[in-house]
Formats: sequence, structure tokens, C-alpha cells
Amino acid sequence: MTAPVHAHGLGKRYGATWALRDCTLEIPTGSVTALVGPNGAGKTTLLQLVVGLSRPTDGSVRVFGADPVGDPAAVLQHVGFVAQEHPLYRGFTIADTLKLGLKMNPNWDDELAHARIEQLGLPIRRKVGKLSGGQQAQVALTLALAKRPDLLVLDEPVASLDPLARREFLQSLMEAVAEGGLTVILSSHILADLERVCDHIIILANGRTQLASPIDDVVATHRLLTGPRADAAAIARMHDVVSERHTERQTSLLVRANGHVYDATWELHEVDLEEIVLAYLARDRSAMADTVRSA
Amino acid sequence: MILFHLDPRSGVPTYLQLVQQVRQAVQLGILRPGDQLPTVKDVVGALAINPNTVLKAYRELDHEGLVVARRGVGTFVADELPSPPDDLKGLRASLHRWVERARAAGLDDENIAALLAETTRAERPARVA
Repeated sequence: MTAPVHAHGLGKRYGATWALRDCTLEIPTGSVTALVGPNGAGKTTLLQLVVGLSRPTDGSVRVFGADPVGDPAAVLQHVGFVAQEHPLYRGFTIADTLKLGLKMNPNWDDELAHARIEQLGLPIRRKVGKLSGGQQAQVALTLALAKRPDLLVLDEPVASLDPLARREFLQSLMEAVAEGGLTVILSSHILADLERVCDHIIILANGRTQLASPIDDVVATHRLLTGPRADAAAIARMHDVVSERHTERQTSLLVRANGHVYDATWELHEVDLEEIVLAYLARDRSAMADTVRSA
Repeated sequence: MILFHLDPRSGVPTYLQLVQQVRQAVQLGILRPGDQLPTVKDVVGALAINPNTVLKAYRELDHEGLVVARRGVGTFVADELPSPPDDLKGLRASLHRWVERARAAGLDDENIAALLAETTRAERPARVA
């Protein structure tokens, strides 16, 4: 079966600024992929290209083998999308909102939609604008799931939610994934959540993909090396150094160890996902500062 | 039925925490042969974790012979549990004596744990990073 998402050399330029550049990746069927990166890294741009809300400047993206802009009919029936701040018609009741979903989607599962609203204890006659942020997010997720999508795209779905609502949202989402057949991409800043719910990660920074890999592999391949102070020339000879820190006498390096062999002076330590992601994001910031300085 | 919980600060991978909790529940008799483990959907609904993590834990337990997966029905504690090593009682008694000696020598719990961890690491066969 064709991959839910396949991007090749994908790029998007707004005016003179590249929001996303040279992005090549594949999202495997049934995976839950975290999309992380600082604000302005291109996360929303990538998600909008996937759902066909935006046209690539460069390269291509295929969703279940089809072009989201050129052939929306082939793509959109398979895709559920929840945009940032989960926009809904605030003057509609939940019942009205579900009716709209029923009228607009050929594969709409009305039973599922009503069962979810009831299970969550949401007041079906209440106007959406009067619901709490967490409840609105659940209504938006219900709308997306009742389309019976094969791919669910969520842009910062939990950003505006309190911790309890966030947990409940992710519980609902994972229950939907457990039923099988659903591939999910979600962007978020909350790394602790992502580590629980996701099995793949894409790190975007500065409009470029820094890393796209199964989370287990990321954790298994990255190591922190500590040892006596090393000079820049020695470090430059080493492969895949993500970040480096020095004191007068000590150096610590975060490396993608990927089967490389290190000198016995280095002590190897395991690192958790959060450390690794932060190292990639910090690296990007220093790279950007270099660009600005040289410009 | 077992209720899983997670300690995000433990540094132990999530699937391994689930594996350890089932092992312990079986040892303590909270789970008995034939008992059903929660379905994957129940676990992810309770903990907000990825279903593959639960599947991985259940596969590991199946591999150890602690549980049996019945397709389309669920996962159950095995009827015949792998028997504990014959010498468990003896090992526990000698460890008990060792801990007493360590305390008498002035080690606190943290020192004892560190020493035990260091020794088990040192005795482990070498492996490639």
C-alpha cells in the first residue's frame, strides 16, 4: 500500500522567505508521528501542504499516492484535519455541528460521532462557543474521527488546553488509534506528551528536516560522550556531533552514534528523547545566529 | 484486573514499566493464572500512551511465557507460569545477610543500590553500544 504521506524535496516560499525547504520524508501506515520544532520552523506549513490547503513552491507531496492540491477528491475523503485553535462554528450547537458533518462527508459515521459526544459527557444542545477549550477540542476531534479518515492531521491540538483536558484529549486520540487503521501526524511543543503518544518523530528547524525517524531508533542511536577537554579540530574529525559543551577541563558531546566507534577516552551515556530534541533545536538556533552574523 | 501506572521520571522505557508491573503483580498474586490483562484500548485510554507501546509490552511478556495472547479474545496470564529459580530462597537469604553486613559497615540505601547496580553491570557480558 502507498504510504499515507510521501514528501520529496518539498518546499514552500512566501515572498523571499522559505517557510519549508527540501523536505523529504515518508510517514508509515499506522504510525503516530510527532512534528516538533520552534515557532516558525515550518510545522504548520508542512501540515497545510499535506492537507492541500497550500500549494508547494518546490518538490512534491503525495497523500495515499495522490496530489492533495491537484486531486483533492482523492485525498480529502481519507484525511481528517484539526487546525490550530480547532476552529468551529461557535454559534452552532454540538448537534448542529454533527449534522453539518453528516451533510458534508460521504463516509460520515453518525453513530460514532454521537457515541463519542455521549461518552465524553458533552451537552449536545449547547452552543460550541459556550464550551470550554477542552470540550471544543474534543468536538473538533470527534468531527475529524467521524469522517473515518485513514490519516489524521492535528496542528497543535493540545496547545490551549489545561493539563487534565490535554490528558483526556490524548486518551481519546490513542483509543482511536488502538482501533486500528489510523495514521496520525501531530505537532506540539509538549515533549513529555509526545514521548508517550508518538512512535515516530520529525524535527523541523529553520524550514528544514533535522531528523525523521522512529523514536526508539532516535533514543537507541544518540549518546552523550563525556571526556577531557577536546579541541575544535578533534571534534571536527568526529561524525554527527549534534551539540557540544565545554568547561576548562571537560567536554561533553551529544552525537548520533549510529555504529561509529569512539576513542576510549570518551565515556558513553544514554540520553532521553527530550535531551536529544533540545540539542537539535539549540543547534539550529546557533546555526541561524551564524547565518545572521555572516550576512 | 491490573491497573497500570507510569513514572515518567524513572528513566525506564514505558513498555518496560508495563512489563515490570505485570511481572510483579504475578509474583505478588494480584494476577493469577487465567486472569485477563486489560485490552490495549483500555490501557491507552487510561494512560494516554501509544498502542504500539502496550503491544510491545504484551509481546515481551508472551515471549517470557508469563502471558498467552489469544487472537481476537485478549491476553491472559499463562496457566503454567515459568517456575522461579530453585535457589530463590537461598539467594534471598544470602542477599539479606549481605545487606545487613553493608548496613553494619555504614552504607546507606543509596550506597547499597549503587554498589549493586555497579556489580550487576560489571558482571554483565560485554555488548556493543
